[in-house]
Amino acid sequence: MGKTLAEKILSEKSGIDARAGDIVIAPVDTVFAQDGTGPLAIRQFQACGFDRLACPASTIFFLDHNAPTPTKELSNDHLLIRDFARKCGACLSDIGEGICHQVITESYANPGDIIVGADSHTVTAGALCAFATGMGSTDIAIAFALGKTWFRVPPSLKVNVSGRFPRMVSAKDLILYLIGKIGADGATYMSLEFGGNTVARMPISQRLTIANMTVEAGAKTGLFPSDEVTRTYLESRGRGDKWRPLQPDADATYEKVIEINAAKLVPMVSKPHTVDNTAPVTEVKVTRVHQVFIGTCTNGRLDDLAIVARILKGKKRHHDTRLLVAPASKEVLLDAIKAGYARTLIQAGAIVLPPGCAACVGGHQGILGDGEVCLSTANRNFKGRMGNPNAFIYLSSPATAAASAITGVITDPRESA
Amino acid sequence: MILKGKALKFGDDISTDLIQPGRYNYLRSNLPELAKHVLEDADPTFASRVKKGDFIVAGKNFGLGSSREHAPAILKLAGVSAILAKSVARIFFRNAINVGLPVLICDTDKINDGDELEIDLSAGTIVDLTNGARLTSGVIPDVMLKILDEGGLVPYIKKYGDFKV
Repeated sequence: MGKTLAEKILSEKSGIDARAGDIVIAPVDTVFAQDGTGPLAIRQFQACGFDRLACPASTIFFLDHNAPTPTKELSNDHLLIRDFARKCGACLSDIGEGICHQVITESYANPGDIIVGADSHTVTAGALCAFATGMGSTDIAIAFALGKTWFRVPPSLKVNVSGRFPRMVSAKDLILYLIGKIGADGATYMSLEFGGNTVARMPISQRLTIANMTVEAGAKTGLFPSDEVTRTYLESRGRGDKWRPLQPDADATYEKVIEINAAKLVPMVSKPHTVDNTAPVTEVKVTRVHQVFIGTCTNGRLDDLAIVARILKGKKRHHDTRLLVAPASKEVLLDAIKAGYARTLIQAGAIVLPPGCAACVGGHQGILGDGEVCLSTANRNFKGRMGNPNAFIYLSSPATAAASAITGVITDPRESA
Repeated sequence: MILKGKALKFGDDISTDLIQPGRYNYLRSNLPELAKHVLEDADPTFASRVKKGDFIVAGKNFGLGSSREHAPAILKLAGVSAILAKSVARIFFRNAINVGLPVLICDTDKINDGDELEIDLSAGTIVDLTNGARLTSGVIPDVMLKILDEGGLVPYIKKYGDFKV
């Protein structure tokens, strides 16, 4: 009987013929924590009595969630992390380098890898066919020390996508549609695995957007096959030698198979306060928006900024709508400067924030006021997420966010010039 | 182990942002202070209401969202002795066990806010002493039971030095 991508990777790594439901112990290729989860991971590592990392070169600390920090307490957390990384020889991705998931994609993740991170959006690296999943600080502390962890092999849910996206409709609309359809717990404990002819043509940037949000349906991991698109991406990153083809077996067993026709999709939004509270953009048109936030590990890549720049070129943001843009990494920022996107955005009235999580987590750089509405390209709109429980967050694609920044109300990007 | 306490009821989709609001992230290295804000955005009176030994009794998908282990850690610090829910998000489930906070999956509709509960952890049975309802919880993987038996992942690793699967 054939295997899913999750079963294949976990079998290979654990050395056991693993099937959904089995518990396995497997080595991890990359393990990381960020500034919100790293301090507790370090304390738990020390509480266990450990003093050495299993593999310093593949242990990474990212300072991205509150970067640069807005308070002395967070500055002290950063100090703790920098000091620990220096003493143990771990890699440090300091403030301004970018969001952990983007840097992991750019520099670490490879097909068939196991990646564990103390951040729920670790699933992002599934776009490169890495079995990547988020865990808490203590699990990650143990993985730092032992270089392995335990997994329950997840059952898989297959999503076949066919057809071409209509104009101004993209991967973000697809994943919002899917989460709306199956619910915020529709894939709990499962591997969400994507295939179909749309996926075969889909660039890595869009695969990353989809993989990133699989956790919003409860998934343990979100996997794309490793194909020619993956090979081209890894070659562009100087990791062509790390590429290998990886596909699920044709006779793999899935809990369910969902078919989506991309040609029939429309721009989608998630309404406050849950990600699965989705609607076509036409249903919420004219909702007043006080702040548009473009960036994050979901939609802060060069391709995202390209479409935003195309929509905003020669235009101005609405005078009552703030426009915040945070590139996902330093490299994205440099590329956006080179391509002229940064200039276009700034001329349109955007504030370009340092590469990092920026306003997404509610700690700094764009906290909402009481009653305010933010249209965000991020992945979560929970009450209080952006620092104020009395504010309202809508999620959308970069195209919808850019079109809305011009009008000051939620706008269908298909209607913008 | 037998636990006794009062049910404090919540609805569906209680996110880790509701349990530990991100605006208090600067308190993450000070868990007792952070615990004063536990569940504040779901119920502002919770931190003052919760008594040692009480149970969180929630709907589906409890703990969805981020990987912040601070969420179950401050629930436990605030006195919560177990989470009962129709379903629990994956990372929260693992984190709760790792901090030594038991999680029971059961039909929580049968329990009302304020009911007195008696829970037999090893048998996985729940008795609502107020209305007489008897519930059983779903099984959790053996590795998690062993971690729970030791009081969490740190004491488990200190004892065994490795995962025993």
